[in-house]
Amino acid sequence: MEPLLRVERLTTVFDLPGGALPAVNDVTFEIQPGETLGLVGESGSGKSVTALSIMRLVQPPGRVAGGRIVFKGQDLLTLDERRMREVRGAGISLIFQEPMTALNPVFSVGDQVAEALIVHGRVSRREARAAVIELLRAVRMPNPESRIADYPHQLSGGQRQRVMIAIALACRPSLVIADEPTTALDVTIQAQILDLLRDMKSQFNLALLLITHDLGVVAEIADRVAVMYAGRIVETGPVRAIFRHPQHPYTRGLLASIPGGAPGQRLKAIDGAVPLLNALPPGCAFNPRCPDRFEPCTTEPPPDYAVGPDQTAKCYLHSPQVGADRRVRPGADPAVGADPSVGADTSVGPYPS
Amino acid sequence: MSLVEVEHLVKHFGRDTGLFRGGTRVAAVDDVSFSIDQGETFGLVGESGSGKTTTGRCMLRLIEPTSGAVRFRGENVLEFSRSRLRRARRDMQIVFQDPYSSLNPRMRARKIVEEPLVIHELGSRAERRDRVAELFRLVGLSPAHLDRFPHEFSGGQRQRIGLARALALNPSFVILDEPVSALDVSIQAQVVNLLMDLQRQLTLTYLFIAHDLRLVEHICTRVAVMYLGRIVEIGPAASLFAAPQHPYTRALLSAIPVPDPDASRQRIVLDPASINRNAVLKEIAAGHFAAV
Ligand SMILES: Nc1ncnc2c1ncn2[C@@H]1O[C@H](COP(=O)(O)OP(=O)(O)OP(=O)(O)O)[C@@H](O)[C@H]1O
Ligand SMILES: Nc1ncnc2c1ncn2[C@@H]1O[C@H](COP(=O)(O)OP(=O)(O)OP(=O)(O)O)[C@@H](O)[C@H]1O
Ligand code: SF4
Ligand SMILES: [Mg+2]
Ligand SMILES: [Mg+2]
Repeated sequence: MEPLLRVERLTTVFDLPGGALPAVNDVTFEIQPGETLGLVGESGSGKSVTALSIMRLVQPPGRVAGGRIVFKGQDLLTLDERRMREVRGAGISLIFQEPMTALNPVFSVGDQVAEALIVHGRVSRREARAAVIELLRAVRMPNPESRIADYPHQLSGGQRQRVMIAIALACRPSLVIADEPTTALDVTIQAQILDLLRDMKSQFNLALLLITHDLGVVAEIADRVAVMYAGRIVETGPVRAIFRHPQHPYTRGLLASIPGGAPGQRLKAIDGAVPLLNALPPGCAFNPRCPDRFEPCTTEPPPDYAVGPDQTAKCYLHSPQVGADRRVRPGADPAVGADPSVGADTSVGPYPS
Repeated sequence: MSLVEVEHLVKHFGRDTGLFRGGTRVAAVDDVSFSIDQGETFGLVGESGSGKTTTGRCMLRLIEPTSGAVRFRGENVLEFSRSRLRRARRDMQIVFQDPYSSLNPRMRARKIVEEPLVIHELGSRAERRDRVAELFRLVGLSPAHLDRFPHEFSGGQRQRIGLARALALNPSFVILDEPVSALDVSIQAQVVNLLMDLQRQLTLTYLFIAHDLRLVEHICTRVAVMYLGRIVEIGPAASLFAAPQHPYTRALLSAIPVPDPDASRQRIVLDPASINRNAVLKEIAAGHFAAV
């Protein structure tokens, strides 16, 4: 099947006095029509810059330095600005983390949803009111008839996020990019918004690129997962494979550090700190923190290795030249990701801390 | 034995703050009572704006409560004179949520950690220097970094500096207000481990305010759930997580995203009409109370 979106070797840098900072470094992934890809990673790993690059909204000193972004067969990086605006309107829409800053405080929410509908030519001014109410009802806004006159500050955080989703859906996009859409919300509201996104997906056959740092959210909503670390996608695969048989030591460490097990027990933390982009270690960027590090890790950044059906990992452990024995550390605790059917590949270590 | 007892704590924020519609006074904390045993980690959870931070700040009198009592080792902190309060504060400390804004950016790490000792006029200059180095080691920071400024540290390291500062006066009680939520995923577990290690090493008692319910379940002995300024449920963590009784607690626990793609979930949506605001806390299992 032709993917809806294919990001190919995307590199986005920030030209700073000290040199060009590779915020997104040779990133490749695909999203199929109707599919949800969860993009996870720590703060600063390049998730938002990836989203902005796809929308061509990166501001100087940032710039896309290389790669292709193929959406419905067209390379977005080659479109002129007018055609790109059409894509932003009718093809892909973006939902930001903070709905308060993304909504305009001086217009009523009804006007803002209507604006989105009219600009994209979906309705005339006369039909707008009914269409807005219908859309607000679709995102399960309570009492949409009276709510359309409200201003953003009169809504709760969860209601504002519903308005943002309504605006994002106004142009019937085939892809929605949601950048931490629930991070600022309470867990109970977050659950409702996730339900809503899932609902909208099946109703409108949307594809979703969901950016989050919450592995629980990913497990709930994603079909596939891409894990970013220091500007690179270090592992990607179907959600079940990522949670059951994570193959990159960083992914394994993240999953192992989720609180669980006997109460009061020490957590399995990943040692060390996230590297700065202007001081990346040589070779694999994770190597100073990696419990599995061995000789090749400090030479070149590792390439992608196939590690399962539709699953890849950037880690020398999976190089065909490396013996399977290397992939399991002596004394490793198989508690997370353990699955007898994959045997040795599922080792998860007690990370030193 | 209880180290801290909070009794009928109330905090109103007045209309002069301009934050509330209609000029009504809003009770951010509305008749809250609980006690924390020596050596316990007591969890405080609930919706954003339900009054968790306000409760913590009132307990240390960083803001003055409207009414109620806060007993520390049996004495009511709210009746303390200024000088008595100053001495009491050595024993009760707070670590704030945001490791980025809670440290003075123009002070070197060494000074930040030393400052409480200076304020309380403890030790000679040389003794203070040794104590700061000791605290650095205690929280896992390299003494080589003593002269750095906050921006030269990572988020996790900054949170360690905040912790070293809070521990400088050898407190027995520490309020941790969302101590890891601003940290990177892979760093949170490190800081949580450090908090648990320090607790054992120094026999600390914690009030742990948090959003991450999985974490609360993991490290807290008892938990209170706040909703609109009140405690609606309180009890041993094991009992509360296994058998939540209040509609809000049920909705809250059912909303935790489960990091398992095969988990089936039964989401409970909160129906505000199902909450009886006048219900009082009733014991429904040993030490487990709910306002139902
Ligand atoms: N305007 C900018 N100028 C310079 N550097 C920038 C700018 N915007 C982003 N960066 C850098 O790009 C990197 C990636 O940032 P990005 O916002 O994509 O991270 P993220 O993964 O979305 O993190 P978070 O989880 O905190 O949102 C960061 O290291 C950041 O320092
Ligand atoms: N200085 C203040 N002046 C006026 N109102 C305040 C003040 N501080 C807090 N409030 C209000 O008191 C209520 C409780 O706030 P508090 O910060 O204690 O909530 P919280 O439970 O800590 O929330 P969060 O989880 O978002 O940190 C909120 O409605 C808040 O807006
Ligand atoms: S390449 Fe080496 S350092 Fe990097 S994750 Fe794999 S084993 Fe660890
Ligand atoms: Mg971001
Ligand atoms: Mg708070």
